[in-house]
Amino acid sequence: MGDIGLGHYLAVAAMLFAIGMAGIFLNRKNVIVILMSIELMLLAVNINLVAFSQFLGDLTGQVFAFMVLTVAAAEAAVGLAILVAYFGNRGDISVEDANLMKN
Amino acid sequence: MLLGAITAKQRPVRPSGPRRALRGQDPPDNSFAEQQDQMTIAAFAFYLFAFSAVASGLMVVGSKNPVHSVLFLICAFISAAGLFVLMGAEYLAMLLVVVYVGAVAVLFLFVVMMLDIDFVELKQGFLQYLPIGGAIALVVVVELIMVAFIWAMPPDEVVARAHPSPTAAEVVANPVGPNNIEQLGSVLYTDYVHYFQIAGIVLLVAMIGAIVLTFRVREGVKKQDPAKQVARRRDEAVELVKVKSGQGI
Repeated sequence: MGDIGLGHYLAVAAMLFAIGMAGIFLNRKNVIVILMSIELMLLAVNINLVAFSQFLGDLTGQVFAFMVLTVAAAEAAVGLAILVAYFGNRGDISVEDANLMKN
Repeated sequence: MLLGAITAKQRPVRPSGPRRALRGQDPPDNSFAEQQDQMTIAAFAFYLFAFSAVASGLMVVGSKNPVHSVLFLICAFISAAGLFVLMGAEYLAMLLVVVYVGAVAVLFLFVVMMLDIDFVELKQGFLQYLPIGGAIALVVVVELIMVAFIWAMPPDEVVARAHPSPTAAEVVANPVGPNNIEQLGSVLYTDYVHYFQIAGIVLLVAMIGAIVLTFRVREGVKKQDPAKQVARRRDEAVELVKVKSGQGI
């Protein structure tokens, strides 16, 4: 086990990001899991920001990770509120059948 | 020492804590061995948290039951908090645990349990989209990892681009200086105070939006109407009745 450098953290973040992206493709029936996949992708971005913050010795990265965290929390709250309202109207949460605007 | 793992090549290791102060008195060879030990422990912790984060992420996407997905999401966030601690961002790690595990994940859990969904049919189409989703994810992860390991910055470029905030410079000068949260606070409330206030506005808007979206007026619920109570007159509330003896009203 050698030195753990910037690249290792970026690799973990890349894997988490790709998993989140795959989750959006795979879960076509379930909006909740899609929201969780978006949270995973934002987490990967946060890991990148903090890793570069430490690599460059600059706290700006951590400040922006803080902002990403805020936006992610707001996004989760509003997304879940929309989901609850949508479920109240439609009775299911499938993405494929979301064609209210078309009909 | 953990912080040193990521920046050791570029800069002198940041002294931190009383342990660091003690080391000056140790013989040099002992100090080196101890440093090697700590590097190994840091590497072990890194691989542990990294494996846990990636495995939990896979389970978030792949598990059949959304409740299990939420629980694995919590596990992924805790692992990421461990990685943040390894990188020296203690405050963000604690924030991740408090905000995500304490609030967002519990919100997800509430919504999953509140919606009455058939969990079996939710997984239909999973295998249908597995080839294209897996292929795109594989391409992205290979690209990003190639970028992460092949891309390199010359050390003098790193030094040139690095913009140590005043507090970070103070820390290097002073072994028992302010910790991560103090540094972050002194930057956040001075240079980035507008971003901080915008973050507050974002949270306020999100709160109002969530309340407006889920608010519905329910019929048949008894509740107080102060305007109606105040506007009530005596003649519509009280009536004087002459009761004859031996009869009711």
